[in-house]
Amino acid sequence: MPATRRRAGLVLLALALTACGASSGAKPPGPPPLVPAIAAPPGPFTHDPAPAPAVLIHGATLLTGSHLVPRIERGWLRLRDGLITDIGAGDPPAAAEGEEVVDATGRFVTPGLIDTHSHLGVYPQPGVAAHSDGNEATSPVTAGLKVAESFWPQDPAIQRAVRGGVTTIQVLPGSANLMGGRSVVLKLHPAREVEAMRFPGAPEGLKMACGENPKRVYGDRRSLPSTRMGSLAAMRERFIAARRYRQRWAAWRAKFSDEAAATEPPPDRDLTLETLADVLDGKILVHIHCYRADEMLQQLRLAAEFGYRVRSFHHAVEAYKIRDVLRAQDVSVSTWADWYGFKIEADDAIEENLALLAEAGVRGILHTDSPLGIQRMNQEAAKAFFAGTQAGVTVSEAEAIRWLTANPAWALGIEARTGTLEAGKMADVVIWDHHPLSVYARATRVYIDGRLRHDADAPGPAWSDFEVGR
Amino acid sequence: MSALSLLSILVLQGGTVHTADGPPLEGASILVVDGRIQAVGEVAVPPGAEVIDARGLVITPGLIESHTRLGLVEIDMVDATRDHDAAGPDPVRAAFRAVDALNPDSDVIPVQRARGLTTAIAWPTGGLVSGQGVAFDLDGGPPVSARVGMVVALGGRGDGSRGESLERLRELLADARAWRGSEAAYDRNQLRTLSASRADLAALVPVLDGKLPLVVHADRRSDIRATLALAAEEKVRVILAGAAESWLDAPAIAQAGVPVIVDPIDNLPSTFDRTRVRDDLATRLAAAGVTVILSTFETHRARTLRQAAGNAVRAGLDPALALRAITRNPAEVFGFSDRGRIAPGQVAHLVAWTGDPFELASAARYVIINGRVQPTEHRQRQLFDRYRRLPGPTTP
Repeated sequence: MPATRRRAGLVLLALALTACGASSGAKPPGPPPLVPAIAAPPGPFTHDPAPAPAVLIHGATLLTGSHLVPRIERGWLRLRDGLITDIGAGDPPAAAEGEEVVDATGRFVTPGLIDTHSHLGVYPQPGVAAHSDGNEATSPVTAGLKVAESFWPQDPAIQRAVRGGVTTIQVLPGSANLMGGRSVVLKLHPAREVEAMRFPGAPEGLKMACGENPKRVYGDRRSLPSTRMGSLAAMRERFIAARRYRQRWAAWRAKFSDEAAATEPPPDRDLTLETLADVLDGKILVHIHCYRADEMLQQLRLAAEFGYRVRSFHHAVEAYKIRDVLRAQDVSVSTWADWYGFKIEADDAIEENLALLAEAGVRGILHTDSPLGIQRMNQEAAKAFFAGTQAGVTVSEAEAIRWLTANPAWALGIEARTGTLEAGKMADVVIWDHHPLSVYARATRVYIDGRLRHDADAPGPAWSDFEVGR
Repeated sequence: MSALSLLSILVLQGGTVHTADGPPLEGASILVVDGRIQAVGEVAVPPGAEVIDARGLVITPGLIESHTRLGLVEIDMVDATRDHDAAGPDPVRAAFRAVDALNPDSDVIPVQRARGLTTAIAWPTGGLVSGQGVAFDLDGGPPVSARVGMVVALGGRGDGSRGESLERLRELLADARAWRGSEAAYDRNQLRTLSASRADLAALVPVLDGKLPLVVHADRRSDIRATLALAAEEKVRVILAGAAESWLDAPAIAQAGVPVIVDPIDNLPSTFDRTRVRDDLATRLAAAGVTVILSTFETHRARTLRQAAGNAVRAGLDPALALRAITRNPAEVFGFSDRGRIAPGQVAHLVAWTGDPFELASAARYVIINGRVQPTEHRQRQLFDRYRRLPGPTTP
């Protein structure tokens, strides 16, 4: 793929910026650019541009989140420049000069927890109407929106999530719309703007929703969709349009291999179709809010019809009914431990859902969808784990840790960078004072990109400006 | 002997018993006769008794969820299954009784019971005065108490001033006072106009008499202070619920003898009434001598009550106090003090756990209500059984 639409966009911007010398190419003829030459603000802005410190953690039980060595008794690991550089068992190496040594004897260390389903920052605290930025519920298909552009980095719930051991989240638009918009994957640093929190290189996701929510929101207004068949038809129509859109662009690019020298203007950009075309190209990962087994199968058929993959079903309380299919298609499942009964499509939830999925080889994920739940993801995983073992389902402690770490990393396409304790991965590390599957476990230290973002022994000031003076 | 054999006798043998009434008893047995606890400690097994081997198990009183809509709702978004809100334009629904809508056969109940809940108090919601709560055991039997309190919701409204809520409440109590003893005059239309219906005023009379507590939802300190002032002026009993900022006035609340129902998990400044909420709210209240009740304020997730208690312990609350806060305290505060403890004479509501009841690894092995071991079946377990093996290949 020599050129993407995004590159085409950059070329146009570069053309517009030629007046200030941004382009070295020949000046195109014609009138002066309509877009004035205004520089974007520098950035992204971070609170501490200083490099991450060197840290040696030792003496702890490491629950690595990895399949190969899931548990290391009396292990140690080294963090440097924001990465895990070394990990081992037994006596730790001698501390290097300037390296902080953390004695974690009797404690447990896990990778930073990852929530695939969060609305932090877009439904922030306090929950006032003026803060409600998660659902553009004015049209059922708004795939081109970027949820990052709704995100308020001052949400007081962000720091509370970090205190619970969370280091990475996917922020999604809400589920009012069939296609709500593009997600963003964030590292939970204190920041002045969302750009400073972006997980570098993480692919975007598309939030889709089936079932009750879109048909309720739009059906109540007597507009499409008011039924499940309406929802599916609307999705199908947009993907048909996206396929044509992609063909138009491909044809234009085939004609003008040198975009800068194109003699015909490119096709008009359409943010919705552009997003869906990226889905068809596999550049955007598909996350679908879907509760019922039959509707998940329907979504898999739709995906097969257009040739895209579903990366994760969210909520998916009936996933246990189709775990064989989910395993065969390698679709992950993001769900709760015990939420049910708030609507009829959540009526058949069972506490053993995640355990049954694990037993069947499905990538299970403990997600929260909640600013309260995100503060105790480890407890929620524990409930799902013990419900399974008590019912005789084959599920391991290692798998329960993966529900919080490696599996959500995979669902977000960042599994090569974070989600396990392995040399070369980001230094997203949590130290717990009890086994993390205990109700009493507290995250005593949370490192994100090697930076100590939470220290239970030395709690710092509130991150959120909202909490200043309150 | 022959008299005894007509009775239903149950012995739990050899567990670690947390009585909510004193230090834990190791290797103790519990004798239950006809639904009541008869002895705790060394117990000779009477002939004909059903014996449960409780060695290695941890026995607590049955857990009490003090603030739920259990039995009043099946599925939240299916309107016809929701019976907790009298609704309508009138914010005063004092006469509305949750007991009239209670469904003891709700499918939601056995799901909660399997996790150790034995008693619940279901409350109406909505309006200023929402109505009267009902206490019931989770065994499908008749209510424990058809009327345990009257719910009032204070705080930021969005459709007017919180000051008007307080004014309306004072007016209501004054009118109930005017109505009482003048019922005949009222019926003859010889009384001044009153601010509520006859049924609502009648329902408020036990409140005036101090027989029925007002359960006041209030988060902001000013509303909590207003509640304490109202209780003192009107000489009514109050119980605070929610009470996010109550830690700021913990000594005054303790002094006034006002119990507080707290959700130990909700630490979010989700409204401007809660900007000073804390993780250790329950710990601070208990330290000041306040009678603390822990609640999930949940319905389908009422079964997470023990997790809530575990989180309160994590935030510094003494474990014995945390257990009391979900057993003995609510029973005594809401007037059914024959529940909530393990002691002779108490109704036999017992849970035998496989370990620390607050730990997520522990399961409720036996749940006993009114002396009867409860079935562990529920709809979710049956779904699990149905899908333990998949029906066959499905191809998308």
